[in-house]
Amino acid sequence: MEIKKELNGTALTVQVIGRLDAGSAPELTKFLNAELDGITDLTFDFAELQYIASAGLRVLLVAQKRMNKQGSMKLIHVSETVMEVLDMTGFAGLMTIE
Amino acid sequence: MEKITVEAKIENLQQVTDFATEKLEARDCPIKAAMQLELVIEEIFVNIASYAYESATGDATFCIDFAEDPNAVSLTFIDGGKPYNPLEKPDPDITLDMNERDIGGLGIFLVKKNVDEISYERTNDKNILHMKKFF
Repeated sequence: MEIKKELNGTALTVQVIGRLDAGSAPELTKFLNAELDGITDLTFDFAELQYIASAGLRVLLVAQKRMNKQGSMKLIHVSETVMEVLDMTGFAGLMTIE
Repeated sequence: MEKITVEAKIENLQQVTDFATEKLEARDCPIKAAMQLELVIEEIFVNIASYAYESATGDATFCIDFAEDPNAVSLTFIDGGKPYNPLEKPDPDITLDMNERDIGGLGIFLVKKNVDEISYERTNDKNILHMKKFF
């Protein structure tokens, strides 16, 4: 997994590339813990995210709960494979997906 | 039937999924089913690596077998950890809103959603989880 970020004022776009699995999820958690202070608009760009497992879903849930308190969060460019996992777990209904 | 035994540690997940992917490709398993199986393998293996042996370490064995007509793959995970039947875990309520959603139970729920048959047995002090998926 590779993480790229783009910061515009208090808007942060995080591109997650590759696989968000049990091996890589802790790295994304660490990244978000370091970057989310003061952010009001968080966007995850999943254009190049090929795979997500439950460990990745947990990171998204924690991020969503945090952003509900300090702003908003959305997912963009979600692939069909990742979307299926979001649908299956009810996450699709909990998050803003564009 | 072919099998691989590794120490149950998250770092060894890739070794198990690579082993499975190679066998699935050799059988022309469709990509979608192969990706669903990869998710199943990860969720079960991570569960074993995280909980089975508590602070100690131990082995996890993964077995894969194929049937034809209809095409199906059987997956079995065996570990020697504490007795644990993942099928007894209640499914998460996926209709709850964000603040009520708990972060647990998602892995085994995804497993159940992505296989056609699943059963658990405890035999000779081993946890044995069998799964079958048609493709």
